[in-house]
Amino acid sequence: MIKSLHKRESELANSKRQVEILSNGIFQSGDLPKFKDKISETNQFPLKAKKLEILQINVGYMCNQVCEHCHVDAGPDRKEIMTRETMKQCLEVIKNTGAHTLDLTGGAPEMNPDFRWFVDEASKAGIKDFIVRSNLTIIRANKKYHDLPEFFKSHNVHIVSSMPHWTKGKTDKQRGDGVFDKSIKALQDLNAIGYGIPNSDLRLDLVYNPSGAFLPGNQASLEKEFKKALIDDFGIQFHNLFAITNLPISRFLDYLIASENYEDYMYSLVEAYNPAAVANVMCTNTLSVSWDGYLYDCDFNQMLNLPVNSKAKHISEYNEELLEGRNIVISQHCYGCTAGAGSSCQGSVA
Amino acid sequence: MQKTYYDPADLKKFGKISDWNEELGAKFFDYYNSVFKEGNLSEREKSLIALAVAHTIQCPYCIDAYTGDGLQRGITKEEMMEALHVAAAIRGGASLVHGVQMMNKVNKLEM
Repeated sequence: MIKSLHKRESELANSKRQVEILSNGIFQSGDLPKFKDKISETNQFPLKAKKLEILQINVGYMCNQVCEHCHVDAGPDRKEIMTRETMKQCLEVIKNTGAHTLDLTGGAPEMNPDFRWFVDEASKAGIKDFIVRSNLTIIRANKKYHDLPEFFKSHNVHIVSSMPHWTKGKTDKQRGDGVFDKSIKALQDLNAIGYGIPNSDLRLDLVYNPSGAFLPGNQASLEKEFKKALIDDFGIQFHNLFAITNLPISRFLDYLIASENYEDYMYSLVEAYNPAAVANVMCTNTLSVSWDGYLYDCDFNQMLNLPVNSKAKHISEYNEELLEGRNIVISQHCYGCTAGAGSSCQGSVA
Repeated sequence: MQKTYYDPADLKKFGKISDWNEELGAKFFDYYNSVFKEGNLSEREKSLIALAVAHTIQCPYCIDAYTGDGLQRGITKEEMMEALHVAAAIRGGASLVHGVQMMNKVNKLEM
């Protein structure tokens, strides 16, 4: 298992260094236009936050996996975990906001010792769509997690899980040895209690990230391929596939630079820029909360330590009036969300 | 002076072919785009055919383009390699099948 950039004391563990790389080089020389200039061409700068629809809470960077492409730089060696105190502050917002979606992410959110308490409490708020981003293998990682499918079901949690390919080779290469087999078993367990079955209210969606320096293909076509392969080979069903572009952040940025793909990848993102996707980028209706309660326009900005441009900087200071209409903080990584059909935590946007 | 005949950056300029003959360029790209749309064959199958043909005609632009296209579609490297062997088999077979002509000629001329 590889170690996180933080554990390796890589220079890319420093978010400032990442922002420098994204701001300099081909973007400073003018070979490629900066994101701000690109969206200005269609009068879309500054990007403005609309009404909050999705509250995404990162409950910690600890994870049982160390995926090659992880923008969080998550892993077993990361100790940043949301406390119950911060969770209580989040609950106050969840109860009072009009957001229709609550989205718990990590790391592996289930590894937070207060995860189940938080899900119990948050599910009482009556949020329409309660998502947990589960990496699947956590369900098989330890006996204490084996009952997670039943726990999710009892709280009507919508499960969103990563699956980069329907073959073992590609999946394990990106997510670690043995991940594919464990993920398949976990998906079968979830299917067995009703998750992912057509017409079932127990939602099970998969996330596809390309396993390399290329952009995702058409989401609908990939979904078709995934569905056919998973049902034929393993009898597995799921609802939707979200095709998500890898953003040049953290370990994926490290991979791009080490494999000498960084410049070509940035060219691909800029070339695939789609102004129509800009109108629907997730940062305009999402708020991302970090493990220590700070607010960001998205999970990517959280990892780059680019906080919201608002007087309300912490969940304890949440104020709808202050946050709505704020200018979204952007940099060159934002090209990842506007390439082709666009990309968000809910998949394509255009 | 350019030191190689092929420059990978030229692939991105393919569309500029229309600059010097807009009418025929437009007709070509219309046709090209229609060909690759899903029909009786899926877009995925067409991508694999394109990759195999690209190797047969040894077009580096096309190899780059359809390797990338295949990856985006989730086509595995094993599937790509199988497609290439189909191309190689047909290409090799095309040489070998002409051996029949050689044999016919030898049989006709030799006592």
